[in-house]
Amino acid sequence: MDLIDFIIICIKVVLVFAATMLAVMGMIYAERRISAFIQNRLGPNRVGPKGLFQPLADGLKFLMKEDIIPTAVNKPLYLLAPAMLLIPALMTFAVIPFGSSLTLFGRQISLQVANINIGVLYILALTSVGVYGIVLAGWSSNSKYPLLGGLRSSAQLISYELSMGLAIVAIVLMTGSLRLNDIVSSQQGHLFSWYVFKQPLAFLIFLIAVYAETNRLPFDLAEAEQELVGGYHTEYSSMKFAMFFMAEYANMITAAAFTVTLFFGGWDIPFVDEAAMGNWGALLSGIAFILKTAFFLFLYIWVRWTFPRFRYDQLMNLGWKVMLPLALLNIFITGGILTIIS
Amino acid sequence: MGIETLTLDRSAIQGEEMVLNIGPQHPSTHGVLRLQVVTDGEIVTKITPYIGYLHRCFEKHCENVTYEQVIPFVDRCDYIASMNNNFGYAVAMEELMGIEVSEKVHYIRVIVAELNRIASHLLAIGTFGLDVGAFTPFLYCFRDRERILDLFELLCGARLLYNYIWVGGVSHDFPIGFVEKVYEFLDYFEPKIQEYNDLLTFNKIFIERTADVGVLPADVAISYGVSGPNLRGSGVKWDLRKNEPYSIYNKFDFDIPIGTGAMGTVGGCWDRYYVRIRELEESVKITRQALDQIPREGDVHAALPKKIRPPKGHVYSRTETPRGDLGFYIISDGKPKPFRLKLRSPAFTALSCINEIARGWMIADVIAILGSLDIVLGEIDR
Repeated sequence: MDLIDFIIICIKVVLVFAATMLAVMGMIYAERRISAFIQNRLGPNRVGPKGLFQPLADGLKFLMKEDIIPTAVNKPLYLLAPAMLLIPALMTFAVIPFGSSLTLFGRQISLQVANINIGVLYILALTSVGVYGIVLAGWSSNSKYPLLGGLRSSAQLISYELSMGLAIVAIVLMTGSLRLNDIVSSQQGHLFSWYVFKQPLAFLIFLIAVYAETNRLPFDLAEAEQELVGGYHTEYSSMKFAMFFMAEYANMITAAAFTVTLFFGGWDIPFVDEAAMGNWGALLSGIAFILKTAFFLFLYIWVRWTFPRFRYDQLMNLGWKVMLPLALLNIFITGGILTIIS
Repeated sequence: MGIETLTLDRSAIQGEEMVLNIGPQHPSTHGVLRLQVVTDGEIVTKITPYIGYLHRCFEKHCENVTYEQVIPFVDRCDYIASMNNNFGYAVAMEELMGIEVSEKVHYIRVIVAELNRIASHLLAIGTFGLDVGAFTPFLYCFRDRERILDLFELLCGARLLYNYIWVGGVSHDFPIGFVEKVYEFLDYFEPKIQEYNDLLTFNKIFIERTADVGVLPADVAISYGVSGPNLRGSGVKWDLRKNEPYSIYNKFDFDIPIGTGAMGTVGGCWDRYYVRIRELEESVKITRQALDQIPREGDVHAALPKKIRPPKGHVYSRTETPRGDLGFYIISDGKPKPFRLKLRSPAFTALSCINEIARGWMIADVIAILGSLDIVLGEIDR
């Protein structure tokens, strides 16, 4: 690796980081505007044109709030928890390919920060680390509601990570690789080579699990404002509180991008050969990726403002008694079919 | 060699119990209520409601003001359904004094009381949805409740605490065009009930969360003195508008919806909720009939006494508010101020049974059960 390669990677890291943070702000705005649209309200429309600067105003407000640390907390963990949630959420995006490759000055640049051969495992591992943030926030707050929120979250994670992983196994079986690039390139060609059509059951299981994984309604039991006041972040204030929200949105963005990569062909545009179009192809594929991801983000918001919340035990039932057996069955069927074909 | 069944000694696996205070500052206690909940993990083993955070000495106050001046205090008891409270007090006082009000006053009272019942039930439905995590139906309910409040504002200038129904009459006649406006509202509102059903009532998750939860059997309900939609949700056909008709309720044709256990056990949260949805339809029906029959001519102040000085004696009278039987016991010693006034609160009896029905459920269910009982702390604490 020469110096230019290194510089290119640095630029990509900064770009992806900036894009994710920008998308987080966009999501905050979108959530508020779309929820207002769903609920027959106006939503924020005063700060800047159409209220576009509302996320900035929100951020500024959080910065200026008094940062309260309750006396009885376990201070090191209490301070560490928001960062533990946010950092993995931002790191996850590194392995997701967001476009085909660009050719600049005779140099091939793939639109992806790190093309590692265990991309899927990397994402699964990091999202699991993220939950420590929630559990530790709940525990270190030394308060009852956060504790219950943290406990709920850990139980939820264990039950959903499993079915999510098993749903992905079916994809990995078909691709034969854990590299996300391979998964995307195996879905190229026509529309029906997308895995959502080849693996509809895995897609459904994955989608539900991803909602539970990102703690969004109808599975936002760790937060459950009507029951646990604020859940794990009840005792947090100021920027630390904002970090939980940024982490939630960053997680959603990554999860949506991951869904697109696994099941909707990633940056692939059906019936179009991006590689033959050169740099225009790269640009178009990037736009396609953003649009697909945006759709899943919209779905997140749509679902959140439509459905009631599950109860803790109902969630467990769904995870262990319905989704896990179905995911196993799916692997079995996929394996069987693959054996017959080969 | 048979198969050995593994028996678990429950006392051996029981962990330490935790005392959790839900409220008085909590998003879903519907006011300032404190529930002291003893939990074993997420399972609730005992609930003790602590009330009195909103105590304003209503009954003692009443002994120190004249009978007319009681009405604003009555407003502030169940502030979600002030018209119905005014109505109950007026009916009790008129019985004590033997006043017969004009036909028109009766119709006006029924119309505003039923509109207020719709507004109150909308709030109950919306906040119940909120309690189980559905945010959007709440705002849809508020959208329509807003229209009723606008009507009341047109009627008497106030949006929440009306002081409208007086002893012997009402404070103002209907303004010009009011009847048409109410018709317009009813035409707008009737199809909206279906919208609530689509949004919330028949949602699978909502049914899962509420259908078999917090079952209140009819005998328990009766022994606790629960009334109103909570009692009807348990399958008991009891509505004072039919069983002990006051005012002119015997002139109208309407049904009393009761819980049938369509989605689970009779008396579950879903039944209580659905009774309220169906009562919206019935209230619309009653209001429509009253609007059709209301006499155009007539004075709403004719029977209004110059000075209220009831004869010595006492009266107990009850009316059906959106929350159940609202009873007034008034003792008069012949002076212009009541000697004693006691209010029997339906929300208080509803809250009293919470330990009975919510024990053994999870924390999330306690919130849902509390929401399904539709309590108003202003009336409980008085």
